[in-house]
Amino acid sequence: MFSKTLRKDNYGYLFIAPFFITFLVFGLYPILYSLYLSFTDWDGFGNPTIIGFENYQRLVGDFFFYKSLFNTLAIWIVSVIPQLTVSLVLAVILHEKFVKGKSFFRAVFFFPNIVTAASLGLLVALIFSWQTGSFNQFLMGLGIIDDPIHWTDKPNFMRGLVSSILFWQYFGYSMIIYIAGLQGISRDLLEAAEMDGASKVRVFFSITLPLLKPIILFQVITSIIGGMQIFDQPYTLTNGSGQPDNATLTSVMYLYDTAFTRYQYGYGSAIAFGLFLVIVVFSILSFKMMNIRTKNEPN
Amino acid sequence: MSQTKMATISHKVAKSRKVKPSHMIVHVFLILLAVVCMVPFYMMIVYGTHTNADIASKFIFLPGEALIDNYQYMTENINIWRGFFNSLIIAGCSTALTLYFGALTAYGFAKYKFRGNKVLFWFVLATMMVPQQLGLVGTFRIMYLLNLLDTHAALILPAAANAFAVFFIKQFIDGTIPDEVIESARVDGASEFKTFHRIILPMLAPALAALGIFAFIGSWNNFIGPLVLLFSNEKYPLPLLVQLLQGYYGTNYGVQYLGVALSVLPILIVFAIFSKRIIGSVAIGAVKG
Repeated sequence: MFSKTLRKDNYGYLFIAPFFITFLVFGLYPILYSLYLSFTDWDGFGNPTIIGFENYQRLVGDFFFYKSLFNTLAIWIVSVIPQLTVSLVLAVILHEKFVKGKSFFRAVFFFPNIVTAASLGLLVALIFSWQTGSFNQFLMGLGIIDDPIHWTDKPNFMRGLVSSILFWQYFGYSMIIYIAGLQGISRDLLEAAEMDGASKVRVFFSITLPLLKPIILFQVITSIIGGMQIFDQPYTLTNGSGQPDNATLTSVMYLYDTAFTRYQYGYGSAIAFGLFLVIVVFSILSFKMMNIRTKNEPN
Repeated sequence: MSQTKMATISHKVAKSRKVKPSHMIVHVFLILLAVVCMVPFYMMIVYGTHTNADIASKFIFLPGEALIDNYQYMTENINIWRGFFNSLIIAGCSTALTLYFGALTAYGFAKYKFRGNKVLFWFVLATMMVPQQLGLVGTFRIMYLLNLLDTHAALILPAAANAFAVFFIKQFIDGTIPDEVIESARVDGASEFKTFHRIILPMLAPALAALGIFAFIGSWNNFIGPLVLLFSNEKYPLPLLVQLLQGYYGTNYGVQYLGVALSVLPILIVFAIFSKRIIGSVAIGAVKG
């Protein structure tokens, strides 16, 4: 019945053409050109010279590439695990009837998410600076420490600090998405379970969590893609240096640095594709893990 | 009157007595977390009003008197309002392009049956999974070829191909716009594009509003794009100017705090007004995505 009213000629192409033209020029061409460049040696001037797989050979043996991958992964895992669990707990709490001021809390928890990451990075850099940072002043004021601690000299601390910024910025966002998912679960189901004498914890693990699985998968996949692209926060936190000891040098920072400050566009492109491969592998792995769990579950 | 008042008070007391300790703990936890979320913003505003000497010597709770000095010192090198204006232009135009072409494309996919419709739509969806950084170097190259390096257009034009927007609006069209609407417009003799502009676009308003907020915030906060494509300070959007503060005022912390505060304040105000709408659009986008 509907198909009668839909036009079957080629008119629709006119509507989708601008999107595809824009995409070809600003989306596909840059990716294909980057792929081409990854097989060349190019400093931005003159013509790129094709060098085959040399860039990729270099990449496989590049200590800094692995270090940046390790940093990215470490920063991501330390931020994403608490982020996804805390936000789930918060979503469940804010879904409870007895909680007062729900929309206020949602707004306050979500707010850090819309603040420019660059501003946050600089703010945290100021707070944790050695001589004048308010964090040291605060600890000294309380008498916990006598002399200011040189926080920015500690690799693990700085990595943790980037993770904390990311956690702080994204837990409210994840929470909102979980809440949206929770709203899709019928209250009748939960209330029926409680009537049958199931505890809240039991209801959470037996009903809420399994029903939220698609939302959790969505969160994990998007956070992998986002997590592998961590750039703004460590960049502004360390004024672009990735210090101390390259501990906050993420893969995208390494890519940016290689291509745009050291003008090795060919090698920079190879880093981009290496990173892309890692993202694909991790996305597939998490898909697989989620699927296996569903299969093994007894009904 | 006093009797009814007494009655309500005693009722309230009776009610408050019923509060469970576990509920109390939950609320205390929520309030503490809310404080953690807001403290950094309070600090940056307060610190922005102090001199460097103050900041270096003690922990500060209350506003100081150096606001105007810090501001004047900052504006010697950084025109934060110019950055604000640049951000508005870039984010505003990007959002407009994303919405208009997103709607156009989504409508084309939803209401026309042409060869390859499904395949092309899947292709659009697939591009959502590709990280932006993959084409970073190539983007630099094409902008150079098109003579768009160091222009705002380099940041605005690509917004016309936003795959998420197409997906989001198509979902909305599939769910809310019946073919009969288009049919009757055709019977009335409206051309295809006129139908789209006069009838469909207004009907899409709720979806466009939700998506617009998303697109605007995304563009406003974009950092690596302008970092790669812009070179002149006077064209920088807010995030890049904020980053410059570090370079110019490495040791003047009051000025840096003030700069950060000024870069965040507009967002704080907008969020205070539209928080429900913003949060709502994130929720819709997530569930549909």
